[in-house]
Amino acid sequence: MTITKNRDGSRLVVKLNGRLDTTTSPQLERTLLLDDIDEVIFDLTDLQYLASAGLRVLLTTQKKMNARKGTMVVKNANEMILEVFEMTGFSHVLTIEHD
Amino acid sequence: MAELTLQAKVDNLGQVMDLVEEQLTPAGCKMKTLMQVQIAVEEIFVNIAHYAYGESVGMVTIQVDVEGAPGQEQAAVITFADSGTPYNPLEREEPDLGLSVEERPVGGLGIFMVKKSVDSVEYEYRNGENVLVLRKGF
Repeated sequence: MTITKNRDGSRLVVKLNGRLDTTTSPQLERTLLLDDIDEVIFDLTDLQYLASAGLRVLLTTQKKMNARKGTMVVKNANEMILEVFEMTGFSHVLTIEHD
Repeated sequence: MAELTLQAKVDNLGQVMDLVEEQLTPAGCKMKTLMQVQIAVEEIFVNIAHYAYGESVGMVTIQVDVEGAPGQEQAAVITFADSGTPYNPLEREEPDLGLSVEERPVGGLGIFMVKKSVDSVEYEYRNGENVLVLRKGF
């Protein structure tokens, strides 16, 4: 998996390319430094696969952002990824958007 | 039918995913179905890797079988066998999907996702082995 981060002030865009699974999720977790970040945007345009380990990282990040009254958006997920959000009830706890 | 016996550790997940893809894609399994099968396979494999042998590392055998001929109704049948601690993962309590972000526990979704992603999951303990069978039509 490739993780591309773009920081603009307190806004962080994280673009994920590949598979977010048990082996790659710890890598994402380690690289997500949220100090002084008020807004996190996950761009999932090129995310091909999402397992429960990946959902855990998204939920942990959402919890952190809520705790500091920040925002988190998950955008451009493909149909397969959206089904995983639907299946697990994540579609109700995440802010899901499309460009 | 393809069979792979390897150490039950998370580092080997890639090999398991490759085995599933190599068997299902040529059989005509669509991307979306493949992803659902892989989600189930990953959760079961990782569960075995984390819990079956406690602190030590044991082996697991994974069989991938495609039933039916191309053009007809087909099904992927994936069997896991390990000789670790007897454990039926299907007995885990279902997560509460209605909870808010703050209330939701981080984790506990794996087995639930397995059940949702495939058509059936069967577990039995026989001849000293945990045997778990996933089935998904395509």
